[in-house]
Amino acid sequence: MKRLSLVLVLALVAASIVTAQDIKVGGVGPVTGEAATFGVSTKNGIMLAAEEWNDKGGLFGNRKVKIIFEDDKGDPAEGATVYTKLIQQDNVVAIIGTVMSKVTLAGAPIAQAAGIPMISSTSTNEMVTKVGDYIYRACFIDPFQGTVGANFAYKDLGARKAAALFDIGNDYTKGLAENFRNQFLKLGGQVVAFEGHPFGATDFKAQLTKILAGKPDVLYLSDYYNDVGLIAKQARELGFKGQMVGGDGWDSPDLVKIGGKAVDNGFFTNHYAAADPRPIVQDFVKKYKAKFGAEPDAMATLAYDAANIMFDAIRRAGSTKGSAIRDALKTTNLNVVSGQVTFDANRNPIKSAVIIEMKDGKQVYRTTVNP
Amino acid sequence: MKKLNLPKLLIFVIVFYAAIQILYSTEMMNGYILHIINQSLIYVILAVSLNLINGITGQFSLGHMGFAGVGAYVSGTISTLVFKINPSTPGGMGIFILAIVVGGLAAAFVGFLIGFPSLRLKGDYLAIVTLGFGEIIRTIFNNIDYVGGPRGLLGIPKFSNFTTITVAALITIVVIRNLVESSHGRAMLAIRENELAAELVGVNTTHYKVLAFVIGAFFAGIAGGLFAHLLQMAHPTQFGFIKSVEVLIMIYAGGVGSITGSTIAAFALTFLSEGLRIGIRAIADATGLPIGGEWRMVVYSLLLIFIMLFKTEGLMGTKEAKLIRLKEVE
Repeated sequence: MKRLSLVLVLALVAASIVTAQDIKVGGVGPVTGEAATFGVSTKNGIMLAAEEWNDKGGLFGNRKVKIIFEDDKGDPAEGATVYTKLIQQDNVVAIIGTVMSKVTLAGAPIAQAAGIPMISSTSTNEMVTKVGDYIYRACFIDPFQGTVGANFAYKDLGARKAAALFDIGNDYTKGLAENFRNQFLKLGGQVVAFEGHPFGATDFKAQLTKILAGKPDVLYLSDYYNDVGLIAKQARELGFKGQMVGGDGWDSPDLVKIGGKAVDNGFFTNHYAAADPRPIVQDFVKKYKAKFGAEPDAMATLAYDAANIMFDAIRRAGSTKGSAIRDALKTTNLNVVSGQVTFDANRNPIKSAVIIEMKDGKQVYRTTVNP
Repeated sequence: MKKLNLPKLLIFVIVFYAAIQILYSTEMMNGYILHIINQSLIYVILAVSLNLINGITGQFSLGHMGFAGVGAYVSGTISTLVFKINPSTPGGMGIFILAIVVGGLAAAFVGFLIGFPSLRLKGDYLAIVTLGFGEIIRTIFNNIDYVGGPRGLLGIPKFSNFTTITVAALITIVVIRNLVESSHGRAMLAIRENELAAELVGVNTTHYKVLAFVIGAFFAGIAGGLFAHLLQMAHPTQFGFIKSVEVLIMIYAGGVGSITGSTIAAFALTFLSEGLRIGIRAIADATGLPIGGEWRMVVYSLLLIFIMLFKTEGLMGTKEAKLIRLKEVE
């Protein structure tokens, strides 16, 4: 035991020696655990952004950004530990992260209490930024995506009868479906079924039979790609002829592998489209592909954007003081990959969403929807 | 009769407590280390209470975090949703302690419910029933909108601190240690060693198995409540099966049946997991190797395998530290 504690102490000392010149910024993501692919993409996005800023000379002309990236395992308890570590042990000036809302919610009160500004890349739960005035996010929240989906289904697709199927144990899919329902009803449409399925289900025929009995024109599927693929297939087998709309959980190459032809002519709301012709998007996609050998997904994109928003705020603040960075974040008006971004009074971003259509197994950019 | 030398243990704990407080207030130790210590102490409560069920009574429970979940949600509901207290509320501390105790009692009641029907089962079968029960508890929280459903119970006031957690851990150790050496504890040990023989000599095995579950669940509930008031949230996924296994690993690494072992393992494994975070970063920085935090769990798991291979009986075996060995008293 004695030897072990000695090793630990030495490790702690070694870790605390960092070049004084560097500006330390914390990064957090679940690089292990159930959401590991999200964590890796997030890490890639943050690292790429930091590298670009450092290539341009860093912040304040001569100070390089040093990212200290920690794994939260997708676990709230681990998240609280990591945020405490970054703030108390590493003395970071700001934090970028983390992915899952439940983990961000454990970390945010710690950042708020310490006066360290943070920006979550992809935590969509409304409560996250309500923790306090130091907490920002780079993604749009559940109501927005559900609302956009409902508007698109009602206005563009001309649907009048809708049904929703979602994972009852997942706050994200549930939140999206609820907001879709509310907006669709508000527009004057009819919601014929609103069904939850248990987490990990692979057979959705019971719920689908019930849903299809109401003869909906459009099916709103807020699940992740793996469930959506299966649901789409089974819905078609049961004779569903209408269209399917979903959220950013669809954004994976595996959607087509699982769903096959069934997901064709489906639509989903997303943060960005790789086919979007804006130069900043094309530049990012090219750089990301060259460095990591894969097309950036929404996680990587939002992490990249979150990092850029934070670095930009530090630059404009002209200081590494928490309150100064917070004030600079408030006045953000920056062109990032996922659109032109400003923040509302609740520190949620105001920016556009894109609608992507699945055509012959490929994602096709359909349109951009402004808030 | 044998009894715990309480004054000696108290002096040790007070010295430990004072040392940490001094280190923290003089800024020789930062909030991060204190946070890990707090977490370790909560794991001490969890591991020691699970040890009563698994190690001392020889029943195999895989749903310990389910009990912690009951404690977390019940105490969190009382403090956050019913009384809406925060650390500046007058009398808030009293309500907090009440909430924690009620959370523990609720968990004990659930422990009674689960203990009673599962007692016909042994070994693997009991493990599966407790596993199922833990998952049921988790799923129930997931589906009650009043406590946040899948979003979790948020905005719980931060009442848990080093003092409250240390006191709770101390009480847990003292109560369970004394229990083990009492006639009740002897009966539990007898059940572990040979249930049939225990029954033959007149031990009411059902009674003692339920008792072990109830007391173990009570302290797990306390730990859960403290955890919720430390993290300022409770989330259904925190109380799943994987988390129960983490506590199980602690009692096996420390030595099944040894309260000292559980205590040491709870500290050692919590610190190891965090130490590796820093250690691997240091190695990566020094050598330039592209290894990141994700390697931490690989090394952690390897170390656990080595402990189990070379010290199968755990760090302490069934031995106890001198500090909590019992003395003959009149």
